[in-house]
This record gives sequence, structure tokens and C-alpha cells, in this order.
Amino acid sequence: MATKEPIIDPNIDPATGEYSVIAPGHNFKSVTQKIAGIVLSSNTPLGWFFGLIVGGGVAMGVVVGITWLFLKGVGIWGVTIPGAWGFAIINFVWWIGIGHAGTLISAILLLFKQTWRNSINRFAEAMTIFAVVCAGTFPLIHVGRPWLAYWLFPYPNTMNVWPQFRSPLAWDVFAVSTYATISIVFWYIGMIPDFGTLRDRAVTPLARYGYGLLSLGWRGSTRHWIRYESASLLLAGLSTPLVLSVHTVISFDFAVASLAGWHTTIFPPYFVAGAVYSGFAMVLTLAIPIRKFYHMEDFVTLRHLDNMAKVMLATGGIVAYGYGMEVFMSWFSASHWEFFMMWNRMFGPMGWAYWILIATNIVIPLTSLWLRKLRVNVAWLFFISIVVNTGMWFERFVIVVTSLYRDYLPSSWGTYRATKWDYMIYVGTMGLFTLLFFLFIRLLPMIPMSEIKMMLPQTKVRKGHQNAEVVSQEAS
Amino acid sequence: MPPREGIYGLMAEFNTPTELVEATEAARAAGYRRMECYTPYPVEEAAEALHFHETRVPLLCLLGGVMGVTTAFLMETWINVWGYPLNIAGRPLWSWPAFIIPAYEWTILFAGLSAAFGMIALNGLPQLYHPVLNAPNFRNGATTDKFFLCLEAHDPKFSIIETRAFLETFPAVSVVEVDH
Repeated sequence: MATKEPIIDPNIDPATGEYSVIAPGHNFKSVTQKIAGIVLSSNTPLGWFFGLIVGGGVAMGVVVGITWLFLKGVGIWGVTIPGAWGFAIINFVWWIGIGHAGTLISAILLLFKQTWRNSINRFAEAMTIFAVVCAGTFPLIHVGRPWLAYWLFPYPNTMNVWPQFRSPLAWDVFAVSTYATISIVFWYIGMIPDFGTLRDRAVTPLARYGYGLLSLGWRGSTRHWIRYESASLLLAGLSTPLVLSVHTVISFDFAVASLAGWHTTIFPPYFVAGAVYSGFAMVLTLAIPIRKFYHMEDFVTLRHLDNMAKVMLATGGIVAYGYGMEVFMSWFSASHWEFFMMWNRMFGPMGWAYWILIATNIVIPLTSLWLRKLRVNVAWLFFISIVVNTGMWFERFVIVVTSLYRDYLPSSWGTYRATKWDYMIYVGTMGLFTLLFFLFIRLLPMIPMSEIKMMLPQTKVRKGHQNAEVVSQEAS
Repeated sequence: MPPREGIYGLMAEFNTPTELVEATEAARAAGYRRMECYTPYPVEEAAEALHFHETRVPLLCLLGGVMGVTTAFLMETWINVWGYPLNIAGRPLWSWPAFIIPAYEWTILFAGLSAAFGMIALNGLPQLYHPVLNAPNFRNGATTDKFFLCLEAHDPKFSIIETRAFLETFPAVSVVEVDH
């Protein structure tokens, strides 16, 4: 589209008509200085303190909420019979889903050689880990007796009691703990060369010592790099089936139960697509203010935002198909219960939640993201990212609550109403997430320096002496 | 390791990866074998110039994966069939299709940890001290924007005078001695 008129924007590559992945004019040194500077600078911007205090303050909700929960028990929540699953499970699924985009960016896009992902890879992975931290809190505090949560793991004990591996809830323990472990390892391995850079550029002895320890003594040896690249690729290859399996297993928590609205085979792909959809929305929610605040527009360019919006368009389409198929099957199954479940979901007492979900997940994003103008409109994308995250939360709310509160037996119907403690812990995890993220951008390199360097034109080895001079001029 | 003294090697600094790769190829052609390149990002051509091939990381990863799947599957079988048999809606005790899912997760867990820690171990890390870090210009460039070739002193062909003369035939920014 953009090729029709002469291009004046220097950020647009004239050959392709797309925004370039890295703004022109960067070399190895400028990349290092810009990214390492944020971490090593002794000047912390005031805005950072503001963000940290707001995040930390809101995170107090988790502390207060969980303290009261441990004192009084899960009765302080809105969960009751028939709605035995409430906010805790909704938030768990929502947070885990958000994490999935980080792994998708770091692993799947690496395997597909989508090098544009290098810029957003690190903080997307950080987002994954912090989202998993928030997610993991909920099942642990939901078990009723959280001090016995370690019973979930198979370990030899004097009671001779073991987990039961035919239950999806036991699969969940394995899936989520593996996901957390592999994500942290992949994230750390990715940062080792950058820790080496930070060690070498640090001015204070403490920073040099700290990053030196974290770098494990990395010195950029070619033999090390080859093994390192090999391990990174393997971890990416392993994370890909892992990330697909995690939300699949979580969807089994629902799909294996024989409850109308849960017992469907479409759940695994539909959960995974929804996870990626909300995750990319969260990456945008984070990337847009950060690139503005830290002036990272050169590395997180409009091309990245455009590409992420395209991924959202695709996964949002899959989610829309999922919704359509649910409605279709509730009619086509000729099951009275299925039909009633869908009618109740749309027009029952909680029908408003369903229509919010359709508006925020389907109508607003999927009509606007087709337009390139809107995909590169930063303010609109930020708005869309918030809308989609709201929508995906409502999706989990609709799935969990509307199926549970009116099941097969009308005499056991009830309702679900979240209490202030539910809201407090939920909003608190958002504060916890913000707090962790602010610590991350101040203490760790938020954009992988070595990977950004690999995208620069100077990287290419050009054999023959006549070219060597040209390259050396470019590099200097 | 016994304490070492004297010279570790001679280190040439280059501005571009191309110069580094050409110097490495020439050094190899001249008969040097004990050498290493240091770059701020992976340069595959440098590894080719060093004739370095490594297949042990994928092998470790595979072994880890096999170990993970076996451990998980046998553990589940032992627990649910012998250790703590429970009748769940009359289903068979050895419900192997259900066991696949945790076994699948542990395959990935063990394989991933083997690849990551295997890579670190094969690289000899953590190694917080290394002679090359003594070179005065090394830390300013090796992890930022410069490319280094180090010809090591335990190479039989190494001679402080001839090797220095050899390295100075290339467009190196500097050639420095690296002490232990």
C-alpha cells in the first residue's frame, strides 16, 4: 500500500515499503551504549520511582488479601456451591495465557527466523515469568490449606500418599512447574552474554561484581558461542511444544469435566489461541509506554507494533472461530443442556459478561486491526491492547462462572458474586506484575544487545580484501 | 590447576568480523592450531575458520529427554499401580494414556535443563577468571564492538617474535601480549 506514493519517512525501507526493524544509523557501539546505559546509569528517572511506588502500593493488595485469606480461609471469597471455581481460577488462566506470548516470541518466532522479534524478545520473556509468578499464586492459595500445597508433588513421605496421575489437576502441576522452570532457564541463558557486556561496561565495583557473577565469566569465545547458539535453538525447539501443551493442559481442567460449556474438544486450540492473543496484547501494553519513556523507538519500531497487531488479528480470528463453533455446537449437538447453557450464557442473568466479551475480543479489535493505518497508530494499539486484555479476562469469567452456576439440576442453581477480597487479590497481582517489571527494566538489559547486533548490516562477513575496507568504514 | 606463569598468548584486535575471519583462516593455514576468537555476538564463519564443530549439546539434550520421559513414566506407573493404587471410576490402574501428559512435560523439562546446563558445563563456565580478561583492551571491546583473535602460547608453532610479526601483517588495531 505504502509503495504507491513516494516515501519520505526515513524509517521506511524503500525496497519493501515496510518500516525497518531497527532505525538506520546504529552501530555496535551505539546499540550497546543505549541499552546498557539504562541499566548502568546512576540517574534513575523519577518516573521509574513513580511506577515502582504505584506498582508496589497496588501489590500490597496481594499481601493484605492473602494474609486475611490465610487467617480466615477461602470463605472470604465469593466461591461457594455451585460456583466452586471463581476469581482464583479465572485469574490463573488469564495470567498464564498472558505469559504465553513471551514464549511464542522467544521460541516459535526464533525457529521461524523472524529476526524482528529480537528487540521485544527479552521483555516478552520477562513478562512471561512475571505472569507465571502471578498465575502460580492463585492455585496455591486456592487449595484451601496452602501450607500443604507441596502435597501436589510426588515425593516420598511417611503417609505413603501419592498424587493420582489420571487427574488433569495433577497434569497441571507438571505443566505449569515445567513451564516456569524452562522459561526462567531460557531467559537467564539468553542474558548471559549481555551480563558479560554489562560487567565490562560497569563503572561501579558493585555492578561489575554483580553482573560479573551473573555472566558466569562469559568472554565471547567463538567455541562458547557455537555451543550457546546450539543450546538456545534447542531450548526454543523445546519451548514450542511446551507452550502449546501448557494451555492445552489447562483447558483439560475444564474439558475433562462433564459439564455443559466445558466438555468440548475445541477447548485446547481455542485456549492456546486466546492465550497468545491476550499475551500479545500485554506485550503491546508494556512495549508502547516503555519505548516512549526510554526512547527505544529505534529498536522497537512501528514494524514491531505492526507485526504484533497482525499476530493479534490472526489469533483473534481463531478465538472468534472458537466462539462461533461453541454457539454452533450448542445447537448442532441437539443436547438440551448444551442449548440451555448457551442461551443462559447470552441472555441469562450474567449475559452482560458475554456481550462485553464479544465486543472487546471480537468487534472492536477484529474490525479495526485490518487497517494498516490503525496498526501503526500507537495510541489506538495501546487502547486495543487494554480492550483485548479485558476481553480475555471476561472470556475466562464467562467460561468458569456461567457453566457452573446453572448446571443440570435447577434445584441446585445459585449465583456467583465476587467479594472485595477477590478484587483485592486480583488487582494486587497486577501491582505485583508492575513492580517486578519496573525492577526488571532498571536492573536487567531489557533488549538483548548481542541479538540486536546480529541484525545490523555490519554483522555480515564479506570475504575478499576489497570489501573489508568498506565494512570497516561502516563499522566505525 | 597448577599455577601458570608467563605468557598466555598474543591477542590481535580487529574492527570488523571480516578481518577477524580472514586472519583466523590465515593463522590456520600458517599452521597455528591453539587459538580462539572472541566476538560480541556469534560469528559462525569464525567457527568455520577455527574448524570447530560441536555436536555434544544436542546429544546431551537428547539423553536428558530420554531420561525425563523414562523417569516420569516409570514413576507414574509405580505410584498408581503399586505405590498407591486408587480406584478412580473403575478405570484401569495402569492408565497409560493419562500418564503421557506428565511424561511429556518431564521430557521437555529434563531435555531443556540438560541442554542449558550441558552448554554451561561444556563451556567450562562459570569461570570468573580467565587470562584473556587481563588484556588491557579486551574488556573494552570483546563484549561491545571489537573482534579478537588470540594465538595461544602452548601452540608448538608459537614464538613471541615470529607470531607477533605474523599477526602484524593483518589490519589489526593492536597486537598485545596476554599474561596468565
